[in-house]
Amino acid sequence: MRHVGDPIAAVVAETYEAARDAAEAVVLDIDELPAVIDMKKAVAPDAPLVHEDIGSNLCYDWGFVEENKAAVDAAFEKADHVTTLELVNNRLIPNAMEPRVAVGDYARATGDHTLYTTSQNPHVIRLLMGAFVLGIPEHKLRVVAPDVGGGFGSKIFHYAEEAFVTFAAKALNRPVKWTCQRSESFVSDAHGRDHVTKIQLALDKDGHFQALRTETYANMGAYLSTFAPSVPTWLHGTLMAGNYRTPLIYVNVKAVFTNTVPVDAYRGAGRPEATYQLERVIDKAAREMGIDPLEIRRKNFVTEFPYQTPVAVVYDTGDYNATMDKLVEIADLAGFEARRAESAKNGLLRGLGVNCYIEACGIAPSHLVGQLGARAGLYESATVRVNATGSISVMTGSHSHGQGHETSFAQVVADMIGIPEDMVEIVHGDTANSPMGMGTYGSRSLAVGGSAMVKATEKIIAKARKIAAHLLEASDADIELKDGKFSVAGTDKSVDWAGVTLAAYVPHNYPLEDLEPGLEEISFYDPSNFTYPAGAYACEVEVDPETGRVRIDRFAAADDFGNIVNPMIVTGQVHGGIGQGVGQALLEGAVYDDNGQLLSGSYMDYAMPRADDLPNYVVDHSCQTPCTHNPLGVKGCGEAGAIGSPPAVVNAVIDALNRGGHKVAHIDMPLSPARVWAAMQG
Amino acid sequence: MYAFEIERPKSLADAVAAIGAEEAQFLGGGQTLIPTLKQRLAAPSKLVSLSGIAELKGLRMDDAGRVCIGGGTTHATVAREAAAHYPALAALAAHIGDPAVRNRGTIGGSLANNDPSACYPAAVLASNATIVTSNREIAADDYFEGMFTTALEDGEIVTEVRFPIPQAANYQKFAQPASRFALVGVFVAKYADGVRVAITGASEQGVFRWSEAEAALSKSFDAAAIKGLAADADGLIGDMHGTPAYRAHLIGVLTGRAVTAAAG
Repeated sequence: MRHVGDPIAAVVAETYEAARDAAEAVVLDIDELPAVIDMKKAVAPDAPLVHEDIGSNLCYDWGFVEENKAAVDAAFEKADHVTTLELVNNRLIPNAMEPRVAVGDYARATGDHTLYTTSQNPHVIRLLMGAFVLGIPEHKLRVVAPDVGGGFGSKIFHYAEEAFVTFAAKALNRPVKWTCQRSESFVSDAHGRDHVTKIQLALDKDGHFQALRTETYANMGAYLSTFAPSVPTWLHGTLMAGNYRTPLIYVNVKAVFTNTVPVDAYRGAGRPEATYQLERVIDKAAREMGIDPLEIRRKNFVTEFPYQTPVAVVYDTGDYNATMDKLVEIADLAGFEARRAESAKNGLLRGLGVNCYIEACGIAPSHLVGQLGARAGLYESATVRVNATGSISVMTGSHSHGQGHETSFAQVVADMIGIPEDMVEIVHGDTANSPMGMGTYGSRSLAVGGSAMVKATEKIIAKARKIAAHLLEASDADIELKDGKFSVAGTDKSVDWAGVTLAAYVPHNYPLEDLEPGLEEISFYDPSNFTYPAGAYACEVEVDPETGRVRIDRFAAADDFGNIVNPMIVTGQVHGGIGQGVGQALLEGAVYDDNGQLLSGSYMDYAMPRADDLPNYVVDHSCQTPCTHNPLGVKGCGEAGAIGSPPAVVNAVIDALNRGGHKVAHIDMPLSPARVWAAMQG
Repeated sequence: MYAFEIERPKSLADAVAAIGAEEAQFLGGGQTLIPTLKQRLAAPSKLVSLSGIAELKGLRMDDAGRVCIGGGTTHATVAREAAAHYPALAALAAHIGDPAVRNRGTIGGSLANNDPSACYPAAVLASNATIVTSNREIAADDYFEGMFTTALEDGEIVTEVRFPIPQAANYQKFAQPASRFALVGVFVAKYADGVRVAITGASEQGVFRWSEAEAALSKSFDAAAIKGLAADADGLIGDMHGTPAYRAHLIGVLTGRAVTAAAG
């Protein structure tokens, strides 16, 4: 066993209680070996090895961009000011509402396997488990992931229990079901974050960023989970430019094995880690140099697009001053001083934290991630099946586990044709129905999956236009589609949507010599670039100086998500993301003891944010610079709140303490009352 | 859960008779025992439920002017019905757990369990309450014997808790962020013969009286009276939510706030 929660045996029984009795009857002859939890201790020469055969706990040591290192170091040598910050991005335990579940089934007559599982990407599980674990070809393996109760990244990955129930169902010729208990989830769902970073920012005397360098230890846990190596590298190093024109950047990441639960992507995945350290070091630099925190950001903003960063990616569009202006307005920053004075009357220290963020979403151009070492293509697929009466089934490779795709995707297709949304059904989560797709994570579904849907719907409309032209005895160049009706330009001749769709399936009066019957199209869309949502966040806190307790009084988010399909869903995504970010900043944190026991193993010690921990948010997404390279002009909104909010909260607490006369430069998350109080004691 | 038998007696006498079996256990509101069973950390052969015993439920005033609460009374009932007699006690009950907990959990169950972070022990100890059991009466000062340990003997049921009503009282709970049990809870109660201060959540020995603060506050019932008085961090709990020094500091802060609130 390499970590508490590492599966070593499985029991199948007729009932749940019998299975638990049998599992208890299994006698484990385990000798306790030395464990290593702390990453810096893990890379010391005499550390116990997590994997004896590797001979080191250092998984990789990654420099990015290696060719820039000398120039970065030289820039630091001659900088007017250097700000250094060491910080921890705390380990999080995902806690989706629904724990993981897997049911294996097997049909002996046909040799068909079916796995029902709580996955964010059933096709990926089919490929990974079928090809690389059990050796079952895709046409004999169906993976179904119906409504899933939240994922936040933790249900992207392939887990042992999925393979086991699939295997056991065949061995026993019975369906086999496994349901994770919450306490098992804590020690078996891949955790998130867990970086230890030293970041340095070099500035000229006016506060212009000259160079940035970072050294990060990234915890992999005891094994490499599905996407784990990419999180601290390509989802993190490439974001270190943030919203700023820093000409020289060097990122070093040391990935480390420890005797802990594997760490993998969790809402934001690498981008929250990048944003947090960058926005914290900027805040510290501003304080050290006596520059207003908004001003130092504004004077370094990228303002011309497209912008080639020194860390590989090209931002296609954005307007960071616009979101900052919007933030100043919606957060009522002008009223801060009056609110601060009011708090002071009550004996409380009020602070204001502001930060920006940028993320790379719409994951991802396949050729690019292939060059970077990924073993997956990251396109998305859609089949648009128009039925004879005009209703539409859209089979998507994206997966909805709380994102509301059923609503917003239907809007996209219905709007293109001009028919009511209830004529469009979104079908997802079953490899037997949908074309091979890559699933949902990385705020990719609308930007990539939605684009595939647009492409397929465009093919549908092109074909339907030809059918309409035939029915109306006109040239298809003269056919106009409006509000679900095809008409001949300049005439009153028209045929409605259902008339065309019925003709496609009852092709009596139909150009069969030129056109196949039927109306069903498929598209695979591979993006040419990432999308770059960005924004500016502000948080106001009150700190009780006697107890260290932090209360968030106000939170404002000004986001640029490009075009927006469904504002209510976008608002909900931002709300949820901020809730998770506040959770990370103030409450959540996995704690291990030196022997590898998870001390925060239940809700008695692992603090999830509750409604009364959160303020009423003010969110605005009216600043819109549409993405230039996908047909919807959308950027993605699922992770923004979780990326943008932790630095806002921490910046606000540090601001409150400093305004209250406590010279505190930094406190590591979660900012529990005990930690804040201890920092105030010096 | 392991399999067990359950009995639901209607009277106290039947409950005492039913507990005879070796591995039998009383079941109050089940707020601690049920989760323990679900995690398979206990395996009683039989549970004797106290929920059906009418004589264990409800509040009454006795001739000595004490508010007397049946051992099987839920926190929600105390929050509602004690408010007119002993507002600080009602307020404490109103903030235990959440509505589901308050409508199942009982005062007798809480006191029998004596969780070191529970709220009720602080009220009982600060109020110098009397714990009445199926066998006898126990003074609060003799009842709490350490973390999860009380003077109760096997088969003994808390039937009633009698609270003398103070001139002024207040409970300050500083919630542990995850469980929202008391990281530190302070109950201050002022009686004609002096002030009592009971601390929960903080000590490895469970609830205790802060005698230095009691002495100071008995002379002057004002937060200023304990300024500069520091609780001893020795023997206090240190965990991921706070060091012993932090808990000691909170004891001082919360005691001051409780006095101010009670005096106001």
